[in-house]
Amino acid sequence: MSTTTVATDQKWWSGGRSPFNVEYGKLMMWYFLMSDAFTFGAFLISYGTIRFASNGWPDANFVFQSFPGLGSGWPLLFVSLMTFILIISSVTMVLAVKAGHERRKADVVKYLFWTIIGGLAFLSCQAWEWTHLHHEGAWWGSNPFPNSDGSLSTTTNFSNFFFTITGFHGFHVFSGVIINIIMLIMTLNGTFERRGHYLMIEKAGLYWHFVDLVWVFVFTCFYLV
Amino acid sequence: MEQTLTQPAEKFEAQNEVKKVTIILSVLTLVELALGFLMYKSFPDPGFARNFIKGVIIILMLAKAYYIVAYFMHLGHELKNLIMTIVVPLVLFVWFIIAFLYDGHSFNVNRNTYDRYKQAKGVPHQMDPNAVEKKVEHEKPASVE
Repeated sequence: MSTTTVATDQKWWSGGRSPFNVEYGKLMMWYFLMSDAFTFGAFLISYGTIRFASNGWPDANFVFQSFPGLGSGWPLLFVSLMTFILIISSVTMVLAVKAGHERRKADVVKYLFWTIIGGLAFLSCQAWEWTHLHHEGAWWGSNPFPNSDGSLSTTTNFSNFFFTITGFHGFHVFSGVIINIIMLIMTLNGTFERRGHYLMIEKAGLYWHFVDLVWVFVFTCFYLV
Repeated sequence: MEQTLTQPAEKFEAQNEVKKVTIILSVLTLVELALGFLMYKSFPDPGFARNFIKGVIIILMLAKAYYIVAYFMHLGHELKNLIMTIVVPLVLFVWFIIAFLYDGHSFNVNRNTYDRYKQAKGVPHQMDPNAVEKKVEHEKPASVE
């Protein structure tokens, strides 16, 4: 590249420069996340469609009202905890990426470690919630919860959608934790230090933030609205 | 093949931005939870107030999504070319959501107002969705045949 004076009218598509100004892997990660967004979108919209087509639907505040150690009667509390765990782990991931930019290896290790802990904490919460609901008789093909108007539920749609969508999201969290563990090992081995950049952390970070992003939608659709 | 990538000036975001976005996301989440709790405590029955609160929660959800994508995922600081190649395809969701929710709703209406004996016997058919709803939900649909 010769001069990098930023003209107001850059010809980004006439060749000789990167029109997106990001490396290949990062661009492909963005495209992957976009396709993944459509997968989650399809799940959530089919959930919405079925809910709109049904005469009755269970009340989230009745279904999700337990907290470990406190018993029942605490709507929204446990899911708030899960949401904040994921937000905080997203923040530590931002800090890990930032530390990577500035090539502070010790900080990358520290923040990746906390991100992994956050991911594991979220997965533990989800495991507890699934176990609890399973004990109450909810599973794929089985819905013990009455509709919000008090009538008996005639379908198992609620359970099916809940376990499928939170399960698919949980699987993303799980694979995100695995990716972060691999990033941590590579950082500790000095792979990125030898490579001269920590751009790989950035791609893992994109994936991790996407997991948080999807949770924003899942959380709203299942627990709040 | 190896070409240097020009770094936009804001490539390395300030610590302040991370802090600011964290606070915004936390506050939005707390407001969402407060609204959810308000809905649970004060508006247990379906109605306008409940739907209005749900609408507000969905707008807050979109605001959170914006902050995560634009700042945490850094898309706001990328070139316009990259932003467009990601955001423009997502516009499909506008059609996707409207079409499918409308479809679900009209299926619900059709199901509740459908009367299989209407044409065969010419008896007055039930057009009141509530009447059918009660019938379907309180008695077992064994009475249909």
